[in-house]
Amino acid sequence: MKKIDLVIIGGGPAGLSAAKMAAESGLSSLIIERNFKIGGQLVKQTHMFFGSEKQYAKTRGIDIAKILVNDVLKYSDMIEIMTGTTVVGLYKDKVVTLLKDEKYIKVKTKAIIIATGASEKVLAFEKNDLPGIYGAGAVQTLMNVHGVLPGHNVVMVGSGNIGLIVSYQLIQAGVNVLCVLEASSEIGGYKVHASKLKRLGVDIKTSHSIKKAIGKDYLERIIIGKLDDKWEFIEGSEEELIVDALCISVGLSPLSNLLSMIGTEMKYVSYLGGLVPLIDENYETSIENVFVAGDVCGVEEASSAIVEGYLTGLVVAKKLGYIHPNYDKLYLDFKAQLHNLRSGPFGEKLRRGLEEIMR
Amino acid sequence: MLNTNGVPDKKQIFSRFPDKKYILKPKAITECYEEIPCNPCSTSCPFDAIYIGEDINTAPIVDFEKCTGCGICVYNCPGLAIFIVQELDNENARFKIPYELIPLPIKGETWSGVNRAGEVITKVLIEKVSLTEKQDKTALIQVLVPIEFINDFITIRSKL
Amino acid sequence: MRIKEHPILTFEEKKKLSFFFDGKEAYGYEGDTIASALHAMGVKVLSHSIELNRPRGLYCAIGNCSSCNMIVDGKPNVRTCVTMLVENMKVKTQVNKGDIYEKD
Repeated sequence: MKKIDLVIIGGGPAGLSAAKMAAESGLSSLIIERNFKIGGQLVKQTHMFFGSEKQYAKTRGIDIAKILVNDVLKYSDMIEIMTGTTVVGLYKDKVVTLLKDEKYIKVKTKAIIIATGASEKVLAFEKNDLPGIYGAGAVQTLMNVHGVLPGHNVVMVGSGNIGLIVSYQLIQAGVNVLCVLEASSEIGGYKVHASKLKRLGVDIKTSHSIKKAIGKDYLERIIIGKLDDKWEFIEGSEEELIVDALCISVGLSPLSNLLSMIGTEMKYVSYLGGLVPLIDENYETSIENVFVAGDVCGVEEASSAIVEGYLTGLVVAKKLGYIHPNYDKLYLDFKAQLHNLRSGPFGEKLRRGLEEIMR
Repeated sequence: MLNTNGVPDKKQIFSRFPDKKYILKPKAITECYEEIPCNPCSTSCPFDAIYIGEDINTAPIVDFEKCTGCGICVYNCPGLAIFIVQELDNENARFKIPYELIPLPIKGETWSGVNRAGEVITKVLIEKVSLTEKQDKTALIQVLVPIEFINDFITIRSKL
Repeated sequence: MRIKEHPILTFEEKKKLSFFFDGKEAYGYEGDTIASALHAMGVKVLSHSIELNRPRGLYCAIGNCSSCNMIVDGKPNVRTCVTMLVENMKVKTQVNKGDIYEKD
């Protein structure tokens, strides 16, 4: 059985930052990533990030991915990376089982940081499974990683930051965005993103949603409609649009299945996107030395995931006896950064959610 | 309405424009009305003219005495929510706007001028296009806009 | 449906890879996943639901939703959104749960 002090599950912003900080403290780790490359969802984010300089604000996500990956590669003697590898089992005695190239591998570890991120939610409507209906993030991957367009005429469902940002990126790629639908009576994401779309001529239709998709083998048309204040379709408000792609951006839910597998205490918190583990102030779960970082413990911006990664990497290292020379200063700084990122009005739901999962 | 369709109202827009005496020189207009965690405009300003402070959720405040209208904040704003405006004379205003689409305009061309609702309102003259390494893919377009649209113009669309 | 020009990204010309889609010759480029190569060809139907045989396509692109599962080189339930395209790969549309003994 392979032995390593720290296993980090997920090579996205949280996992990479955790590995870097652990290595800086003197602790070696193994990053397990199921995709064929590390960087997580940053690799498709062509927009400049918000936040402050410490979280690489104003740098484009694609470039932040390069920074974080390079940081980890600098510690190649301490950080092992396994891509194309799926964690299939997690056991209470800190044994992690992996599947790579059809081979089953067992790893014995002392601590685990779970940084698996989140996946896009689906929306219920007639024929929502037709090809041509995508998660907004999937379209981003298709366009910005592979350079392939999802279609020519697109409607976006959901006006959160992802919906607004991906709509803008569709336009940058030369796609016609017909409109953005938002079931709520107000736009969900940052208004600067909304204004950016509106000035390009894209209507953001609040109190509107998709009623059904039409098409034989793939999406050809959609029916949209106006919603009343109980979110029911208003009769006679239906409108038919000819589209060849529909993007669903109605939120993310934490990929927390692995945590359920080892029996950490979990709670369903809608403010955080779904089922999340209970944690303490250092992101340690109810099982000792099992930590979480990033969207898996509550969906928010990648900036926070990066800082949570740094924080858990720092704390785990200390718990295993590797104390970073600047531990106290860094610890306070990471805490302050997280506080700062979440203290505005947009962080309110998140703050309430996090309160619910504090052990 | 900003909250329902992304278009700020007149009151909001005017709240970000400086007094007339300042605008005879180029000044930065920060159309960032919400408290969101973001501060690159402030940290990138070489003249310390944009204040946000410790709490990065604070909306930016421009010190028009200090602002030189250099345009560095324009391409450093992740929300593309800043532009530079100057009242040139009785006929024209000069804008510097961020632009991240292709094709880029070329100096001397006439393009459609667009308002915040996405409607074409006028014709504008492209005076200068800059896209340096430092700008990281966000072009800065200098345009001449008829003065009556000084509070309405926001971006350009398609060559005429 | 490949992007040629983009204001932020550059897509360099990459090596062409030929493969077989449902027996017919097809091609993609190095760096493509199977799903992105098929999309670029305009192929959106990648699998069918098991019970009702409803067409299914790419949905999540992170290997999570299983909507893009196909038979690749005789192996069923391959997540084509996270599987890189390889020269001469045999890709087939999947219409059932998948047969582990399938040979092509």
